[in-house]
Amino acid sequence: MTLHRTINLDLDSPLLRVEALTKLYGARIGCADVSFDLYPGEVLGIVGESGSGKSTLLSCLAGHLACDEGRVLYRNRDVVTLSEPERRLLSRTEWAFVHQNPRDGLRMGVSAGGNVGERLMAVGARNYAAIRASATDWLGRVEIAAERIDDRPRQFSGGMQQRLQIARNLVTSPRLVFMDEPTGGLDVSVQARLLDLLRSLVRDMGLSVIIVTHDLAVARLLADRLMVMKDGRVIEQGLTDQVLDDPQHAYTQLLVSSVLQV
Amino acid sequence: MSEAAYNFAYLDEATKRMIRRALLKGLAIPGYQVPFASREMPMPYGWGTGGVQVTAACLTPEDCLKVIDQGADDTTNAVSIRKFFERTAGVATSEHTAAASVIQTRHRIPEQALTERQILVYQVPIPEPLRFLEPRESETRKMHALEEYGLMHVKLYEDIARHGAIATSYAYPVRVEGRYVMDPSPIPKFDNPKLGGMAAIQLFGAGREQRIYAVPPYTRVVSLDFEDHPFEASKAAHDCDLCGAAHSYLDEVITDDKGGRMFVCSDTDFCAMRRAEGHVGRLSPKGAAA
Repeated sequence: MTLHRTINLDLDSPLLRVEALTKLYGARIGCADVSFDLYPGEVLGIVGESGSGKSTLLSCLAGHLACDEGRVLYRNRDVVTLSEPERRLLSRTEWAFVHQNPRDGLRMGVSAGGNVGERLMAVGARNYAAIRASATDWLGRVEIAAERIDDRPRQFSGGMQQRLQIARNLVTSPRLVFMDEPTGGLDVSVQARLLDLLRSLVRDMGLSVIIVTHDLAVARLLADRLMVMKDGRVIEQGLTDQVLDDPQHAYTQLLVSSVLQV
Repeated sequence: MSEAAYNFAYLDEATKRMIRRALLKGLAIPGYQVPFASREMPMPYGWGTGGVQVTAACLTPEDCLKVIDQGADDTTNAVSIRKFFERTAGVATSEHTAAASVIQTRHRIPEQALTERQILVYQVPIPEPLRFLEPRESETRKMHALEEYGLMHVKLYEDIARHGAIATSYAYPVRVEGRYVMDPSPIPKFDNPKLGGMAAIQLFGAGREQRIYAVPPYTRVVSLDFEDHPFEASKAAHDCDLCGAAHSYLDEVITDDKGGRMFVCSDTDFCAMRRAEGHVGRLSPKGAAA
């Protein structure tokens, strides 16, 4: 297990602490009263049906949306009150965000190498050969052939685009990765490979991940802990196996029993 | 309506004051794009409406104006803008770089070094250097404000990845005084080194995009590059065929349909001056002063 860490992580204190987070859309609830701790190296799954507030919660955590109440503490710093320059710096160094649609997370007019190199250049890399070597290395790690480095994402399949987006996000060795349905819209065999890849990257890099998904199989494979949301509120949380094998809340029971068996 | 019905230099005084305010702000924050209320000018966008407004705001009756289009004084754009100010401002005009106090230019910086007495006005089509990488204006403004210029290097990276070298040959992005990244207007990158430490005031006007920016005299202007792919001011590897100059920017002119071509200084005033001094090139008429 290799940890690409420059600063020692205190494994006993939470990396991210969320306290009573609430986001309202006018009178409607986006998400309400969400609290949890995320420890270093932990993968937290957020599941629930469409409209349950999963994505709203993720956007609030990542600072894309301003929340109305509550606190989000990242390494004991309040992200909600962080100034915009600091938050943007954080989001291109220690954080990463993998969008459901790779087109939202990639620059479609820029080659694969340029996409991966962008974060490096954004934090000051100015040596072409080094940037290119790093991009080649990362394409290899997400199983994209090195000779595709100068191709644009348009020429890639959906699965490859998603892998490219992951490489682009992980190249600066972030600590915390937000993922919004990273396997949505991919067919099952491609999904399986992507999940495999994510699992090994998460393990090798010791990443902390918050993954939003409506696919319980994805949650089962990746997440250590699970949070079930309904109507903007967390109705059940616990270890993944515990929640999926012995659901307590009526809605979770419904959710688990709705999965099609083949 | 007679020309006398127009105010001096076409624009009314209130408009000139508005533009001067923008110019002063631009000079105070080198490289920063100042929005201004660009006026409708009696010429189409793309013909230098931004430059013309800046020139109009700078001109005084004692000024001598030179207008350059791609280095030349005698092309349509240069001739019509010069005529415009002859008629509306009645100022003296000249084709000589040294004689002019205000020089409006499109796509070139004169070869002859400018002095502290002079103002160089650039016509700018697209002032935003990040435009083709980031289409959202709200986002590019934020990137300027927060000095997030990594994206500019992505463009240069793409160049090297595709062409083996930085192929951007004009409108080459620069960083002004260590702060703002600026589009120097579509001048060839050969001219980029002249931007920095220049004695004259450099003003940039983009009419359609309604932006003004400026580089005060003796400002540090650095062309962006990579450590292992440094910036290089390039020109055609020839001497001028009329005046023999080896260090001026050259235009390639096709002379027949059998592959004949010649290279001449793009700065016509510079070339004429050198010929008057007796310099000759490969295609100079025989019997010219040697």
